[in-house]
Amino acid sequence: MEDITSKHTVSVLVDNEPGVLARVIGLISGRGYNIDSLTVAEVDAEKHISRITIVAPGTEETVNKMISQLERIVPVKRAVNVTYEKHGIEREMALIKIVSTGEKRVESMRLSDVFRAKVIDTTHDSFVFELNGSPRKIDAFIDLMKPLGLSEVSRTGVVAIARGTEKM
Amino acid sequence: MVNLQMTGAQMVLKALEDHQVDTIFGYPGGAVLPIYDELAKAKETNNPIRHFLVRHEQGASHAAEGYARSSGKVGVMLVTSGPGVTNSVTGLTDAMMDSIPLVCISGQVPTHLIGTDAFQECDAVGITRPCTKHNWLVKDINDLSRILHEAFYVASTGRPGPVLIDIPKDIQFQTGTYIGPETVKHKSYRPKLKANIDRIDEALKLIAESEMPIFYTGGGVINSGNAAVQLLREFVRLTGFPITSTLQGLGAFPGDDNQFIGMLGMHGTYEANMAMNKCDLMINIGARFDDRITGKIDEFSPNSKKIHIDIDPSSINKIVRVDVGLVGDIAHVLEDAIKLWKSKVYKINKAPIKDWWKTIDKWKEMDSLKFEKDKETIKPQHAIQRLYDLTKEKDAFITTEVGQHQMWAAQYYKFAKPNRWITSGALGTMGFGLPAAIGAQVAHPEKLVIDIAGEASILMCIQEMSTAIQHKLPVKIFIINNQYMGMVRQWQELLHDKRYSHSYTDALPDFVKLAEAYGAKGIRATTPGELDKAIKEMIDYDGPVIFDCIVTENENVYPMIPSGKAHNEMLLGNESEKEEISEEGKVLL
Repeated sequence: MEDITSKHTVSVLVDNEPGVLARVIGLISGRGYNIDSLTVAEVDAEKHISRITIVAPGTEETVNKMISQLERIVPVKRAVNVTYEKHGIEREMALIKIVSTGEKRVESMRLSDVFRAKVIDTTHDSFVFELNGSPRKIDAFIDLMKPLGLSEVSRTGVVAIARGTEKM
Repeated sequence: MVNLQMTGAQMVLKALEDHQVDTIFGYPGGAVLPIYDELAKAKETNNPIRHFLVRHEQGASHAAEGYARSSGKVGVMLVTSGPGVTNSVTGLTDAMMDSIPLVCISGQVPTHLIGTDAFQECDAVGITRPCTKHNWLVKDINDLSRILHEAFYVASTGRPGPVLIDIPKDIQFQTGTYIGPETVKHKSYRPKLKANIDRIDEALKLIAESEMPIFYTGGGVINSGNAAVQLLREFVRLTGFPITSTLQGLGAFPGDDNQFIGMLGMHGTYEANMAMNKCDLMINIGARFDDRITGKIDEFSPNSKKIHIDIDPSSINKIVRVDVGLVGDIAHVLEDAIKLWKSKVYKINKAPIKDWWKTIDKWKEMDSLKFEKDKETIKPQHAIQRLYDLTKEKDAFITTEVGQHQMWAAQYYKFAKPNRWITSGALGTMGFGLPAAIGAQVAHPEKLVIDIAGEASILMCIQEMSTAIQHKLPVKIFIINNQYMGMVRQWQELLHDKRYSHSYTDALPDFVKLAEAYGAKGIRATTPGELDKAIKEMIDYDGPVIFDCIVTENENVYPMIPSGKAHNEMLLGNESEKEEISEEGKVLL
C-alpha cells in the first residue's frame, strides 16, 4: 500500500433515517479524519436510501480504515472508494459571481465560453456563471477568475459514481 | 401472529417479555412514569419482569453490564430524561468500548416540547450517538415495537454493544399497534458470521508451518459464547501451542492450565510478552491490538506473521497490519478451522515447537509475578492470592474497579471458566465494580460474587450499597486499601520523580462503620496472620460485606511495560531488582 496523502472520494449508501448524516460526520470527526467536501441526497425514494459522497484527504490506508469504520454504523449499507484515479467519475457544480466592468468583464465572458460555463444571471456590473465538471476544472476556472473580479463562489461538493457496469 | 393494540408503555413491557428479559435496572423520573406505572400493574398480574432500583443511573448502567457479562444475556436499563440519560453516559461508553450488549430505555419530554429546553430535557440521541452502537428517538407510536425489536437485534448480534431508545412521554401514553419480534427484520444490518473457507485454509497453512507460534485471545471469544470457548480450548489443545490472553479474555482458557502462559500487555507476565515479541506466528482470536497490549507499535512482534479473527471488520488492520484477516463469529470460524485442520490432516512442527516451549519455560523461570511477603503488613498481591486460594472451589464471580487492585486481580486470580471475570478494560471506569457485582449477583443469586476494589474507586459508586441491601444481594466488596490512588501514585513515582500530586486518598471513611451504616457487615484485616480467617468470615456471611484489607502503601504493579516501550523492555520489579534482572534480561533478549 502507498503512503502518499491524496484526496479520496468515498461514496456511502445509507438508510435515509433521522440522524444518519450526524452519525457519519460524527464518526469522521470523532476518529480524527478530515473532510474536504460532503454531499448528500436521497437516491431511492421507495427504499429510502441516501447517498453520501465524501472527499477526504489521506493515505490509501487511512481511507480504508475510515471506510471500515463507516461500515460499522448500523444504517450504513456500503462504503466504497470511488476516487477518479481509480475507476470513478467525479462531478461538481459551482455558481460563480464575477463583479467587474470593461476589459475584465469581457475577458471573464470569453473564458467562460472556453469552460462552457452558463451565464444564469447578469447585471451591467456582474455575472453569475454556472459551471459543471470535475473539481479540477472548477478549481482552474476559479483561479482564472481571481484577477477578473471574482466575488463569490458556491460549490455543491463532489458527487461520484463508478465507471462501467460496476454497481455499488 | 396477533397484532395487539396497546399503549407505548405497555409495548415496552411486552417487548421485554418477548425478548425473554426478566430483569431490568433503573431509576424512575417524570419522563418514564408511564412505563413505571406499567411495571407496578404488571407486578399485580405476576409479570415476570423484576426491576432493581439503583441509587444512581451510572449504577444502573454498570449493573446491567455486570448482568450481561456474567450471563451472556442482554442487560437492560430504564432511566428518565435529562440527568437520567447524562448519568448513564459513562456506562454506555464503557459498554461500547468493552463490547457489552445493553439496551437502555430512556424517557424523553413530550414530542411537542422537544427542542424547547424543557425541564429535564436533553438531546439524548445526540449525546449518546458516539457512545452507543445505535440509538433511536421514537416519534411515532407505530414505530415503537419495531424499534424495540431492532434494538435487541443490534445490541446482541455482530460485535455486541449498547443501544438507546429514547421514548417521549406522550408516545408512552399513546395507543398503537404492537407487532411481534418475529416479523421485524432490520433493513440493512447483517453481521457476517462465517469467514471465507479459503482464507481459513491459508491461516491453517501458516499454523502448520509455524515454529514459534502463540495464540493471543481476547474478549471476543467470551462474547461469541460458550461454543466459541469450547472450540478455542479444543483448537489450542489440538495444536499444543502456548496461549496468552488479554484482560478481557481471561477465563476463555483455564488460567491454571500448562499451555496458558498468563495475561499479556502492560502488566502481563514476562513469558507472555516475550513470546509475543519473539514469535513467528501470532494467532489473534477476538482481540484488537489495544495499546495496553502492543506497547510501542513499531517494535510490536517484529518477526511474526499474523492471523486475526474478528467479527468487526474495522478491527482488522486498524492498528497492526495482519497477513490473514478472517471476518466472522469466532465460534463459526473455529468450527470451520477445526474441521478443515482434521480433514486436511494438518500437522504441527513437533520438534521446533518443543524448542519453543523450552524457550518459554526459560522465560517462565524469571517468575515475573513473584513478590516479597511481609510479616507485619499485608502485601496486596498476597491478599489476592489468599482470596483466590480460599474461593477457587466456589466458582466465584469477580468484578473489579480500576487501578492497581484490578491488575493484581488479573495477575493472581486464575479463572477456570468464562464470564467469571467482569472488569472495565477499555474505558477504565472507577466505580464500575460494585454495581457490576450487583448485576452479576442478580444473574447468579446462589453464587459468590466479589468486587475486588480499591479504597479510592469504591467511593465512586458507594451509594449502590443501598441497592445491595434493598434487594438482599450478598455481594462482597474486598477493598485493597493502600490509602492511595495506587496506579496514579505508581506512575507519579516512575514518571514524575515521586511528586505524589493529589493521589493520596485523605479523609477516607471508616469502611467497617460505613458497612454498618448501610446495614451490611464490615470486616477489617491489617496483618497477614488474620487474613485467612477474615476472608473465610466474609465468604460465610449471608449478606453484603465490605472487607477493608489494609495493605502496604507503596507496592507497585510489576511486571510493567512503560508506555511507549516495546514488549522486551519490561520493568520486572523495584529499583534494586531491576538492575539485577536487566543483566539477565540482556542475555535473553
